[in-house]
Amino acid sequence: MTVKDAAPSAHALDKSALLRMYEQMKTIRVFEDRAGKEFASGKVPGFVHLYAGEEAVAVGVCSHLTDDDFITSHHRGHGHCIAKGVSVREMVAELLGREAGACSGKGGSMHIADVNKGMLGANGIVGGGFPLASGAGLTAKYNGKGQVVVCFFGDGAANQGTFHEGLNLAGIWKLPVIFVAENNGYAESTPVTYHMSCRDIADRAAGYNMPGVTVDGLDVFAVYEAAGEAVARARRGEGPSLIECKTYRYYGHFEGDAITYRTKEEEESYRARDAITSLRNSIIKRQVATDAELDAIDAQVQNSIDLAWQYAEAAPYPAPEEALTDVYVKYP
Amino acid sequence: MRRDPRVILMGEDVAGGATIDHLADDEAWGGVLGVTKGLVQEFGRNRILDTPITEAGFIGAAVGAAATGLRPMAELMFVDFFGVCWDMIFDQGAKLRYMFGGKANCPLVIRTMIGAGMGAAGQHSGCHYSVFTHMPGIKTVVPSTPADAKGLLAAAIRDDDLVVVFENKMLYGVSGEVPEGEYVLPLGKADIKRQGSDVTIVAISRMVHQALAAAEALAADGISVEIVDPRTLSPLDEETILSSVAKTHRLVIVDEDNPRCGTATDIAALVADKAFTELDAPIKLATAPHTPVPFSPPLEQFYIPSPEHIVATVQQLLG
Repeated sequence: MTVKDAAPSAHALDKSALLRMYEQMKTIRVFEDRAGKEFASGKVPGFVHLYAGEEAVAVGVCSHLTDDDFITSHHRGHGHCIAKGVSVREMVAELLGREAGACSGKGGSMHIADVNKGMLGANGIVGGGFPLASGAGLTAKYNGKGQVVVCFFGDGAANQGTFHEGLNLAGIWKLPVIFVAENNGYAESTPVTYHMSCRDIADRAAGYNMPGVTVDGLDVFAVYEAAGEAVARARRGEGPSLIECKTYRYYGHFEGDAITYRTKEEEESYRARDAITSLRNSIIKRQVATDAELDAIDAQVQNSIDLAWQYAEAAPYPAPEEALTDVYVKYP
Repeated sequence: MRRDPRVILMGEDVAGGATIDHLADDEAWGGVLGVTKGLVQEFGRNRILDTPITEAGFIGAAVGAAATGLRPMAELMFVDFFGVCWDMIFDQGAKLRYMFGGKANCPLVIRTMIGAGMGAAGQHSGCHYSVFTHMPGIKTVVPSTPADAKGLLAAAIRDDDLVVVFENKMLYGVSGEVPEGEYVLPLGKADIKRQGSDVTIVAISRMVHQALAAAEALAADGISVEIVDPRTLSPLDEETILSSVAKTHRLVIVDEDNPRCGTATDIAALVADKAFTELDAPIKLATAPHTPVPFSPPLEQFYIPSPEHIVATVQQLLG
């Protein structure tokens, strides 16, 4: 892996990179819209937390990563999985609890992981990822090959004690970890203006002697540039960074949330700035690709999600006794 | 650590004095009771990591490092501190492999001090291995002798699962024969610390020594005691316990942990379930009471199952 000296500018993104971003963001959106629909129909057991609306963050950040880099995620983790390259078929199969799922049906939506892709798991514990990310950062630093770790977390997690402990360790040990806050304005139903003692999560970076920036999380280029700088810094061995992305989730905290705490006007104001539409418009305006090319990507994404659902719905459940396996590598 | 460069040690003051100029690569403490003395000189501060007082942070970091290719040993200074990092142990480390369908491992060792007897009071003296043993995904190791400590710690480090090694601080001063060179004991294999024919005592950690003292006293009265040291509680060597009971037909379990939903009741349930017809008398327990560990010496001594307590329990059993 080469260590980049300077952060890449979004203006330098070529056609294939831009179309890949578009395709990934679209994949997340279509995946989540479908997951929401299927959950409502009763096909998906358990809880589902959808990432639609926040696609620019996962994709803008993960565009800088390879399979050798690690990410930690949280309960709203489908977008991170897709952006990090986890198989969509295996994700759907996992949502449905099938043997072919990413976790053989043992994890479900809140625990999808693929360590071969550096995806260290969605996480059902809010704030669970901070120490884990610092630990992966320790491995990366120990390996000395320029690997980096990204810790995605929500505004709610920023109030957990693990935020402080994870960031402080990354700070004192100069670990190559990028902490990416996805501030979507609400911790469940509780607004960030109430639950957080400061206005911006990025302000807290000063307490750990790391750079902290706040960017428009609906603008994939803004996220891409901020993440590029932080990733380059981490690869150079200069330590951690905190990036706060102000974003918005289109669905509720979980599927089934009546969303009584938000107004229609607020939701519409965010949808009017939709990250995927903005990227699409930018690609057209810059004459990088035509409407027809983008429509073709849309169709291909839709097809791949349809196929993933067909595959997963036809896939068998694990044998009940499989519940007894995988607790230990060896026991006794 | 000599054998595998991926093994690192982290914890509060495991070397001590990090970044203090005049110490350089020397330690300030080598652990709060000196257990890790000398390691930083041999392995350096890249592998012997002093952490801030941040248990959730560094135990969680150890889980993250274990999941990504290192083989960390994290020192949780006193087991009572599990309260501030329990999520990282049981929700993250212990469940990670299972939740990921067996596609990731957590080869992590947590070493921690247990035990009353030092006047360390309510937050530095508990045993609590029963809590850990309750949790799927964790292996629990309770050595009682220097040789077992060596062999079981080596096994724990080489194991691919999350293993918690409970070191009774009252045993640090106990000496005993230790095999030279490589010595690895299997996890899940009990050891018979004394052969006997009248009653089986299953004793855990420091209680092995209390039971040995009790057995000496009982031998003077012509009572022959067999002492089974499980050495690991998860996995538990059920077979050795059951065969000993099949031989003596009487069972006492001695445990310094609190009694409710604990190791002693667990072993009693095992024997009641699988060897009830072998028993000539009810199973008796000699455990700490259902209280925190008290401070004042007479209170603390009352708390810890003593040889006298064990002798009385055995005599009661034999009627």
